[in-house]
Amino acid sequence: MLTILFDGIAYGMLLFVLASGLAVTLGLMNFINLAHGSFAMAGGYVTVILVNRLGVPFFASLPIAFLASAVIGFVFERALYVHVYKKPHLDQVLFSIGLVFMSVAAADYVMGSGQIFVQIPKFLQGQFEIYGIGIGRYRLLIIVICGLLTVALQFILANTRFGSRLRAAVDDSRVARGLGINVNWVFALTFAFGSGLAGLGGALGAEILGLDPTFPLKFMIYFLIVVTVGGTSSITGPFLASLLLGIGDVAGKYYVPTLGSFVIYTIMIVVLIWRPQGLFSRAASR
Amino acid sequence: MLPPPIAIRVATEWLAARARWQPLEVGFWIVAFAAIWLFPDRHLILTEIAWLGLFALSLDLILGYAGIISLGHAAFFGLGAYTAALLAKYEIINEPVLALLVAGLAAMALGFVTSFLVLRGSDLTRLMVTLGVALLLRELANRLGWLTGGADGLQGVSIKPVLGMFRFDMFGHTGYAYSLIVLFILFLIARRLVNSPFGLSLLSVKGNPLRASAIGISVDGRLIAIYTVAAGFAGIAGALLAQTTSFASLEVFSFDRSADLLLVLIIGGAGYLYGGLIGAIIFKFMQDYLSALTPQYWPFWIGLVLVVIVMVGRDRITSWTAPFRRIASHLNWRALARHVAASSSERR
Repeated sequence: MLTILFDGIAYGMLLFVLASGLAVTLGLMNFINLAHGSFAMAGGYVTVILVNRLGVPFFASLPIAFLASAVIGFVFERALYVHVYKKPHLDQVLFSIGLVFMSVAAADYVMGSGQIFVQIPKFLQGQFEIYGIGIGRYRLLIIVICGLLTVALQFILANTRFGSRLRAAVDDSRVARGLGINVNWVFALTFAFGSGLAGLGGALGAEILGLDPTFPLKFMIYFLIVVTVGGTSSITGPFLASLLLGIGDVAGKYYVPTLGSFVIYTIMIVVLIWRPQGLFSRAASR
Repeated sequence: MLPPPIAIRVATEWLAARARWQPLEVGFWIVAFAAIWLFPDRHLILTEIAWLGLFALSLDLILGYAGIISLGHAAFFGLGAYTAALLAKYEIINEPVLALLVAGLAAMALGFVTSFLVLRGSDLTRLMVTLGVALLLRELANRLGWLTGGADGLQGVSIKPVLGMFRFDMFGHTGYAYSLIVLFILFLIARRLVNSPFGLSLLSVKGNPLRASAIGISVDGRLIAIYTVAAGFAGIAGALLAQTTSFASLEVFSFDRSADLLLVLIIGGAGYLYGGLIGAIIFKFMQDYLSALTPQYWPFWIGLVLVVIVMVGRDRITSWTAPFRRIASHLNWRALARHVAASSSERR
C-alpha cells in the first residue's frame, strides 16, 4: 500500500520535472506547445547513447542530457518558435504536431523503433525496506533529485532577478520592454531551460517510463493534464497535479487494472469542465 | 440603413446568390463521377479519398464554420466504423445503406452528448477534452475485447451487397461508386446548411461569440447543433471505411488520425466546404507517393508539411484555391454590395 504511494510519488515527481517547462511556455506564455515531449525524448536518447554506448557514468550523463536538450530547445526557439508565438492557436497546434511527427520519425530512423533502457549503476538497482515499506533505490533518487529541482525552480521564479523579469515579461510584455527588459531573450532562455528540464526528466525517466520513438505522443496527454489540471498561476499547482496524477495512475493500474487509463481521462475531462482554469488556480487571472 | 422589407429582400437574394452553383463546382463533381468509368484501376485509392474527404468535410463544419479546434474528431469516425462493422458482423442490419444511417445516428448521439463539453473553455480546454473523448473511446474498444476483438481489430466482417444488388468487389468498383454517392448526398446537405441563415449565424459565432449573442443568436444552441451534425458526418465517413474494407481496428480512434485530418483540411483550406475534398485528394496521392519511397518514415513528411505550412502561412499556401474560395464568399460579398447599392438607388 505505502509502496504504491511511494512509487506514485516518484512517478509524479518525474512527471513534474518533465512537464514544468511546459507549464511555463503553455501556462505563462499562452503558447500551445504539443512538442514538449520531443525535447524530453532527446534528453533520454542522449543519456542512452552516452551511458550505453560511450560508457559515460550515469550521473555525469544527467547534466549533459540537460544541456543537450536546452541547446536544442534554444535553437528551435530562435529558429522556429519565435515566429509562431503571435499566430492563432490553430497554427500553434499544427506547428507543434508537425514537430512531434518529425521527431518521432527521426528518432525511429536514428535509434530504431524498439524500446531502450538505460543501464543504471548497480548500487541504484533493487530496493530496501524501511518499516515494511519497499523502497526502490532508483525511485528514491528520482524523488530526491526532483524535489531539489522543484525547490530550486520555485526559488528562481519567486526570488531572483531573472524570475521577476520573466513574470513581468509574461504579465505585460509591452511594459516590460519599455522598462528595458529584453523580452525575447527572457523567453528564449526560459524555453531553453524548460526544454533542458524536460531532457533531464527524459533521462531520469527512461528507466521507469520506457524510451521509444513514440514517447512524445504517448506522454503528450500526461504533460497537458499536468499543466491544464494544475492551472498556470503558480508552480505549486502543476506540482500538486503531477503528484495526484502519478499516484492516481500507479494506484489505478495496480488496483483496477481492467479500467486501464479510463480513470485518468475521465477525471481530466471532469476537472476541465468543472474548473476550466485548472484545479489549483485562484480565480481566473488572465 | 435600409428599411426592413428591403433589407429582408436583399438578404434573401444574397443568400440565393451565395447558394447558386458555379461552373467550377459542377465541373468538380462531373470529374468525380466520371472517374467511376475513367479510372477503374484507381478505385481503391479513390474510395479512400471519398471517405477521407467526407471526414475532412465534417471537420470543416466545426473548424471552418464554427471555429472549434478539435484534436479528437476520430472519436466519431471510430464510433461510426465500429458500429457499421459490428452491425454487419453480427448480422443485425445486413443492408449497408441502413447500417450507414444507424452508424451516423450513433455518432450524432455521441456528438450531441459531448458537444456540451466543448461549449465553454479556451482553445486549449477544447483541445484536451476532444482528445480525451477519443482516447476514452479507444480504451473502451480495447477493453471490450469480447465484442470488438480488442487490439486485433474486428475481423470476419462480411458486408452484404448494397441495396441487395451491388456486391462489394476486391477492386473497389462498387466501393467507390457507393462512397462517392454518399459523399455527394452529404455534401449537398452540408452545402444547403452553410448557405442558409443558420450557416451565416455560425460564421458570426466564429467571428465573435459575444456580439453574436448580442444580436440574438443563441451561441450554445448553434454550436451544439453543428457539432452534432458534424459528428454524424464523421460517423458515416468511418462507416464507409469499415464497409469498404470489411474491417475495423483500434487505429480508427488514434490521435494520428485526428492530426492527419487537420493536415488534410489545412492543405485544402478551411471554411469553404471544398477544402476538405481537395485536401483529401492531395493528401492521399502524396501519401501514396511518399510512403512508397519510405513507408516507415512517412510521418516525418507529414510533420514537415505541417511545419512548412505554418511557417509560410496558411493563407499563402492555400491561395491557389482562390477560384474555389471565391465561390464561397468573395464574389458573393461583392454581389451583396451590388444588391445594397441597387436597392438604395431604387429608393432614391
